[in-house]
Amino acid sequence: MNTVVAKLQRQFQDYLVSLYQQGFLDNQFTELRKLQDEGTPDFVAEVVSLFFDDCSKLINSMSRSLERPENVDFKQVDSGVHQLKGSSSSVGARRVKNVCISFKECCDVQNREGCLRCLQQVDYEYKMLKTKLQDLFNLEKQIVQAGGAIPQVNIN
Amino acid sequence: MGMVRESQFHVLAVDDSQLDRKMIERLLQKSSCQVTTVDSGSKALEFLGLRESNDPNSLETHQQEVEINLIITDYCMPGMTGYDLLKKVKESAAFRSIPVVIMSSENVPARISRCLEEGAEEFFLKPVKLADVTKLKPHMMKTKLKKEGEKVAEEENATSKPEESLVVEMILPLNQELELEQQEPMLSSNKRKAMEEVISADRSRPKYNDITTSV
Repeated sequence: MNTVVAKLQRQFQDYLVSLYQQGFLDNQFTELRKLQDEGTPDFVAEVVSLFFDDCSKLINSMSRSLERPENVDFKQVDSGVHQLKGSSSSVGARRVKNVCISFKECCDVQNREGCLRCLQQVDYEYKMLKTKLQDLFNLEKQIVQAGGAIPQVNIN
Repeated sequence: MGMVRESQFHVLAVDDSQLDRKMIERLLQKSSCQVTTVDSGSKALEFLGLRESNDPNSLETHQQEVEINLIITDYCMPGMTGYDLLKKVKESAAFRSIPVVIMSSENVPARISRCLEEGAEEFFLKPVKLADVTKLKPHMMKTKLKKEGEKVAEEENATSKPEESLVVEMILPLNQELELEQQEPMLSSNKRKAMEEVISADRSRPKYNDITTSV
């Protein structure tokens, strides 16, 4: 029983570390995990879920604003990027945040093509992260079901 | 008011982003504060019990609903900004003693000094961390003691930190902050934290040499 838990914990740790190493997550995700405890075991999952909902909504509205080349509402796009940058920053979604930085630059110079590319990229990145975190949360669940505790992972 | 537990501080958190409200609420709860969150400056004023009278330049105090020990607000909000809210609170005779903290995702030195000049106690760069929130206790302590009687307040104020020695958060020259963002190594947040410490201790140009990572 112990070795099952230990193995799962090791898997979890390795997976989480790889997400940092590959740049999907940054230190803010660590800060987020610090806020979770026995009293709030779903905190991270809830925040992350809010984030992905935000992504989906904002990407849809920005896509509509960018749709017609002759009539792009760059103000709306800028507002969407600002919100997306803020929330990705809050949860530690590093790659998403980085795309937002480029996205803002395209928006500032009213580069529609550039904006469309960034939009596509941000869509890809958030969906990728969603999958990765789902796998992470599944590992967590398995650990808990096997009677173990979620390891505190130190990122160097 | 006598029913309130001595150790519980009540914070009013204002942010138009649901995600950020959830974050700040948890951060404050983790620091043993009672939290009320609202999504706008006008709702914040309503909660405090401030309502606009016929004269738009003055706010009447109606029955104060709850005792608030600190207001923490986002800067960028539609309608009433955090700065506007700060001004209204500081202009109100009843509530100007409540410490106000501003949060912003953007490091704009002019914005920061404007807020501090208007009476904000601290300016936090988002994302706000647990370490930031622990800095709030002294500010909340001040008002709570004041409310518990002038005599006690006078004694405590003699020993507590004078208001002039505020630690200003994150006053990095703008180009340095941008530099950090462009490099975007995984350590950038840790670098920033280390730089925060350098700035707090010594206002001279921050050095990048002795950065150690810590989690």
